[in-house]
Amino acid sequence: MNLIERIFDVTIVMVTIRMATPLIIAGIGGMFSERSGVINIALEGKMLFGAFSSVAISYYTGNPWLGAAGAILIGGLIGFLHAVVSIKFNANQVVSGVAINILAIGLTAFLLETFFHVSGTTPTVAKLPVWGGFSPIVYFVAVLVVFSHITLFYTPFGLRLIAAGEHPKALETAGVNVIKIRYLGVIISGCLAGLAGAQLSIGTMSLFVEGMTAGRGFIALAALIFGKWTPLGILGSCLLFGFTDALGMRLAGLGIGLPTQFIQMLPFVVTMIALVSFVGRARPPKAIGMSYQKE
Amino acid sequence: MEQILEMVNIVKTFPGVVANNKVSFEVRKREIHALVGENGAGKTTLMNILYGLYKPDGGDIIIAGEKTSIDSPIVAIEKGIGLVAQHFMLIEPLTVAENIILGLETRKNKIFTDMRKANQKVKELSELYGLEVDPTARIMDISVGVQQRVEILKILYREAQILILDEPTAVLTPQETKELYKVLFSLKEMGKSVVFITHKLNEVMDISDRVTVLRGGKAIGTVNTSETDATQLASMMVGREVLMRVKKEGKKLGEAVLELRKVSAVDSRKLPALKNVSLEIRAGEILGIAGVQGNGQTELVEVLTGLRKATSGEVMLKGDSIINKNSRSIRELRVAHIPEDRNKRGLILDYDVADNLILGPHYKPPFTYRGKRNLQNVWQNARNLIAEFDIRTPSYDTKAETLSGGNQQKIVVARELGGDISLLVVSQPTRGLDIGTIEFIHKRILELRDKGVAILLVSAELTEIMSLSDRIAVMYDGNIVGILQDEEAKEEQIGMMMTGISKVDALRGEESD
Repeated sequence: MNLIERIFDVTIVMVTIRMATPLIIAGIGGMFSERSGVINIALEGKMLFGAFSSVAISYYTGNPWLGAAGAILIGGLIGFLHAVVSIKFNANQVVSGVAINILAIGLTAFLLETFFHVSGTTPTVAKLPVWGGFSPIVYFVAVLVVFSHITLFYTPFGLRLIAAGEHPKALETAGVNVIKIRYLGVIISGCLAGLAGAQLSIGTMSLFVEGMTAGRGFIALAALIFGKWTPLGILGSCLLFGFTDALGMRLAGLGIGLPTQFIQMLPFVVTMIALVSFVGRARPPKAIGMSYQKE
Repeated sequence: MEQILEMVNIVKTFPGVVANNKVSFEVRKREIHALVGENGAGKTTLMNILYGLYKPDGGDIIIAGEKTSIDSPIVAIEKGIGLVAQHFMLIEPLTVAENIILGLETRKNKIFTDMRKANQKVKELSELYGLEVDPTARIMDISVGVQQRVEILKILYREAQILILDEPTAVLTPQETKELYKVLFSLKEMGKSVVFITHKLNEVMDISDRVTVLRGGKAIGTVNTSETDATQLASMMVGREVLMRVKKEGKKLGEAVLELRKVSAVDSRKLPALKNVSLEIRAGEILGIAGVQGNGQTELVEVLTGLRKATSGEVMLKGDSIINKNSRSIRELRVAHIPEDRNKRGLILDYDVADNLILGPHYKPPFTYRGKRNLQNVWQNARNLIAEFDIRTPSYDTKAETLSGGNQQKIVVARELGGDISLLVVSQPTRGLDIGTIEFIHKRILELRDKGVAILLVSAELTEIMSLSDRIAVMYDGNIVGILQDEEAKEEQIGMMMTGISKVDALRGEESD
């Protein structure tokens, strides 16, 4: 077999999908927040919270499904906190997002010690079942992409969400509560980022590792921008990033002489190239990052 | 006639200002009611109270005989009141129909937006009221005039009986204004009431049935349009006699100050915008540039002030070539520039008044010595100019963005006219300003002319060009179609030349009439 055939086979497709799954969920989560006008740099932190809480809940209940549900709940809660800070108290959205990311690193490490009396990694817990080679969350992604595409472009809620991120005052004068729409956007994004984290911890592995998101929240953010804030765009760009991940792993496995550090850089290099070559054409929501106050 | 809305003794105070002081105002069914007053007279405040955006401190609103409290736009919409604000409330990437239904969406199966029904409904409304729009076009792809139609359709979709339009013509071309008039008349025919906020008196005379004049937060009176005229309304607005046309002394021409020889330039899309333009302006003369906007006026001004490169030709200032020099070196040669867009180029809205008043010479004495700012001098300069140009600002360290448009423009005018200059390039100096301020700025420009400054005046207001200029150059498609002397210039003739007809033909056309 030649090298090309050794690299591109069914397995690499499956790995691509597996790697892309958490990115797609988090990216679409970020979309709901950013479309409503709130920058979501906190995806990384919310994912980390989701990853930890799903493991903790799975550990105590023995039920990974409850773990996944818990991750959604905790993610939503963190989203709510983010919303209160940035919508109600008009804090700078980037700063509040960074704060959540830092909080996530510290708090998950602290809770790891408190709950499990260990540092670094948790003991193994029950993970989600494997259906046809994938975690159930992978199948959920398919539903999520279709569902969020329809929600964004074919429902009144989607129309209002876009309006809140473009021109909140226009939405308010049309008689819609902008604050409520933005809260919903940020909370939905928290729930999805939480689930994305659960996919990392109890979807692919069966334990939590400190800092295990390893920048995936930021890759999801890049995919969101690269995908022009649309579900299908995010799907496409996450699959690309997932593929570079899978390719990196495959190349490392083949031992073709490239230092592993370079191979590990691949997804980030692709992210940067993708952003500089395409992001210029993407148009972000006009009122993104701007707090909205009623007069 | 039936009275459908009454506002009685409305009081609204903001910190330090009484915006509405016991204002009473009423609207009848099937009328166009103009609400006029200078900037800051309280027109917009009054209408924002009616639309539920502000809460009044006192007074009553009576709709159809019933006392009503309107505490949000939602209530106002329910009561049949719709507002088209000065700044459009439209979402650019969405379509016309999506913008119209936003907040009150047509639905199918309860959860989905029914765009087919929405497009259909918008089409029906648009045909009913003669507001032509394409329901599926995106807002970012349509002109300002069409965007305004969308705003009107938005409130008609909500079945408004009373339509408030806040300075609707400020953003429109003359043709679009005519079309708007037609729409307003047809709305009136269909039994709606229109409140038309403006400070342009010719518009009031053109379309309104009645006029209410506000001044300094008080209602001065309501009169029938047929029983008044522009001069009377102007003095009601300002509180004194107003010269509708400033008086001009005879001209004393000096040496040639500015000379353009076959200047060409391209616009931002790289298309030819100036084609071999030649001009001369002498000391003590105002040369007006008339023309429909977008025929090269902007590029001409930009080339003269160093903001755009010319592709060929020569520009001489008192015998020295200034073509393609940068703005700073041109300013150093005592050239002042009042740009057409005060927000984009005239001011830094984030800066305070004092800093805006030194932009240009900010880097040199007396404002800066060896890299260090002298704030005492900056403030003293501000105090002097604020007093001399009557800029209404709480203090010199107030941010420019918090001031009214008229006072913002006065900052630009004060800065540019305050120094010792030999050439003034001025574009749209009075756009969006009230008559008191317009009169003030016109007087200042004429004073400079009498002092021997050469002035190039670009304006979209033909009346402004005609009342100030000594000579009028008409631009069309990047060319100067012809130059008329003040005494031979007539509005019809300039109008014809603005469409590209040459001076000779325009004159001949007039004779044959």
